[in-house]
Amino acid sequence: MTRPQPRVGVLRFPGACDDRDALWALRALDADAVFVWHTETELPNLDAVVLPGGFSYGDYLRCGAIARFAPAMETVAAFAAEGGLVLGICNGFQILCESGLLPGVLRRNESLSFVCRDVPLRVERSDTPFTTRCTEGEQLLIPVKHGEGSWYADDDLYEELEARRQIVFRYSEPVNGSRADVAGVVNESGNVMGLMPHPEHAVDPLLGSADGALILSSLVESARARTLQAA
Amino acid sequence: MKARVLVRPKRGILDPQGQAVESSLRQLGFSVGEARIGRLVELEVEATDAVSAHADVERMCEQLLANPLIESYEIELAAQ
Repeated sequence: MTRPQPRVGVLRFPGACDDRDALWALRALDADAVFVWHTETELPNLDAVVLPGGFSYGDYLRCGAIARFAPAMETVAAFAAEGGLVLGICNGFQILCESGLLPGVLRRNESLSFVCRDVPLRVERSDTPFTTRCTEGEQLLIPVKHGEGSWYADDDLYEELEARRQIVFRYSEPVNGSRADVAGVVNESGNVMGLMPHPEHAVDPLLGSADGALILSSLVESARARTLQAA
Repeated sequence: MKARVLVRPKRGILDPQGQAVESSLRQLGFSVGEARIGRLVELEVEATDAVSAHADVERMCEQLLANPLIESYEIELAAQ
């Protein structure tokens, strides 16, 4: 019996630029990845959704602030509310924060400079659907490329998130002025995650690192497990 | 009715743009204190009276124009 391929939708906004890399990486990791246009109001029977990186709607006003109102985002919010797996990468993370699906907000880098390099990340949790293939405390090397990736939460919110273990990744060195070096967070129920680094750009040693494949294949495996459960 | 919305970083929130401008002004020889950079949004609001216009603009701020986690806003209305 062949293993069923989970169907993963990659949401496409005008101004997205990492959508094809995400699709390619997910397919290489054995997912049936399909594009979903931002005006869609129905998701084509998906097991997971990925919001890729880019500059949706030109990053006007604030990053992710306009994309949040795309028709497809309402559908994604409903999908997430039912426990569907949603991963936001870079601009996707910004959109999820602006939508209120993830806590905090992404701000201008403290240096005001665009950062584009491989960064070491520490895995804080390996028990989320996005990190099952990682080990807690493990160091991953994954590229970032953003001008507005400084994650912020006020003291009360940050303490709550710490207490509920919602911080999934931290930079191992200062990158953008992010609070407590947070690089990725998960929602309270654990089915929506966002991170600034780009796992889809690190799925083959030829690209400098294949560590991103650990995150994306965790997602693909978790989505597959859900398909099997539903079958 | 014309509305002006001033969106600015909340007190205590680090404003790296403001800091960069502040240090540039100092380099030019101006003695300035803390510079903060915000955003000005000018709008034409269709409303029958100032109270409902203000309420509309407030909803716009909460839903889109400002992110309440890091920004505060002020609304000014000007009758034409």
